[in-house]
Amino acid sequence: MGARPGLHLHIDGDSVLHRLPAHAKVVGLLAFALTTVAVPAPGWWPLTVAMLTGCGLVALTGVAWRYVWPRLLIEVPFLLFAAVLPFVASGPRMALGPLQVSEVGLLSAWALAAKGTAAVLAATAFAVTTTPRDLVVGLQRLHVPDTLVGILSFMVRYAAVVGDEMRRMRIARESRGFRAASLRSWPTLGRTLGALFVRSFERGERVHVSMVSRGWTGTFPTFATATAGLVDWACAALPALLVALTAAWALAS
Amino acid sequence: MHVPDGFLDAPTSLATGVVAAAGVALALRRARADLDDRTAPLAGLVAVFVFAGQMINFPVGAGTSGHLIGGALAAVLVGPWVATLSLTVVVAVQALLFADGGLTALGANVALMGLVGVWVGWAVFRLARAVLPGRLASVPIAAAVGGALSVPAAALTFVGLYAVGGAAPIPLGSLVTAMGAWHAVIGIGEGLITLLVVGALVRTRPDLVHGARGLVGAEDVLEIRERAVR
Repeated sequence: MGARPGLHLHIDGDSVLHRLPAHAKVVGLLAFALTTVAVPAPGWWPLTVAMLTGCGLVALTGVAWRYVWPRLLIEVPFLLFAAVLPFVASGPRMALGPLQVSEVGLLSAWALAAKGTAAVLAATAFAVTTTPRDLVVGLQRLHVPDTLVGILSFMVRYAAVVGDEMRRMRIARESRGFRAASLRSWPTLGRTLGALFVRSFERGERVHVSMVSRGWTGTFPTFATATAGLVDWACAALPALLVALTAAWALAS
Repeated sequence: MHVPDGFLDAPTSLATGVVAAAGVALALRRARADLDDRTAPLAGLVAVFVFAGQMINFPVGAGTSGHLIGGALAAVLVGPWVATLSLTVVVAVQALLFADGGLTALGANVALMGLVGVWVGWAVFRLARAVLPGRLASVPIAAAVGGALSVPAAALTFVGLYAVGGAAPIPLGSLVTAMGAWHAVIGIGEGLITLLVVGALVRTRPDLVHGARGLVGAEDVLEIRERAVR
């Protein structure tokens, strides 16, 4: 099939994180991100622990780091922003080697980079262990409104349809000698996008009509899935707890 | 770039979260009228397109980057209420599955793209349509204007949020210039893409374009009938 654009971040595996029910993971991830962001600056220890926890979570997935790196690249613009902060922020200056930097800016840069990195690591660990299908079921179990779950599951379904349709249209364009070279090819690409939309929709429409004719009523059936027990919830809460405890200890000492 | 974790302080994250939740709740109620069997798949498809469009990032100075939003495009295709929901789903998926945009900043991202992006785009679209002649050909042009203006509007709203609850003190003036100027340029790109896509759609399936309602005859509408045999 080759590399399809779409929601294919999931990597198969059989780790603790793969087995944990999706809704427990969503709650755990949310708790971890919230706790990490709530750590008061500078928070040297809690934020270090948060980053280590993030690394630990990714390591726990058993996915090779060379697959994880490209996913972490999403953070690069953000890290660059943090790196520029000490120079552009206002406030009293301090000497850092030969450079004069803003003290507040430097502390903010550390907090920003640490919080962002920890959250991205945890989210990556979630993404590689959760299929889009599991996410749909998980959000359903968390009582996310049906309409939103509906749009999400249509989105998951259409991602593959649109990807395939796009590949076919690209092959058709190129076999007719088209090459995107200059601004003059923009109208062609625009029409392609429009046609892609119509073709994907009409394919989806056909599937939808056949579903309706087979008795689909518009509500998504809930499938019997693994329920989360006390142990699962405890596991999911562990990363957030680690950060919270370190923060409490750092504040107390 | 989506707002990442730790960019805005906790009170601002919470406040934007409340605003976003209220907006989405209202959209959920109002969208019910627009969202039937036929438009639910359309909303999912719009979400895929918006998702793909937001993957293209342009670097902006000071280490941040900008991207297309697709709010105006979504609003013109499926109506503003459903568009808000589609954008919300896209932003949530990006935060959960791609670590793009922080989970704690989800409220801010939904508010910026799903509320400001969609509604500024829609308002400008309606205004432009009121000014332009009432023909089908006006629809893509009005949509393009809406798309072009919605991007800098969202960027400036972000600057406002940052002024209230930014995690680090940055002189506001330079942030306004960097974000405003760059996003005005990105807005032109957004307007062009909106123009091309809506233009192609209006030519082939105007019945799929929400913003063209009232300009299309209702003869070719797909109809799902009650079953005749029990």
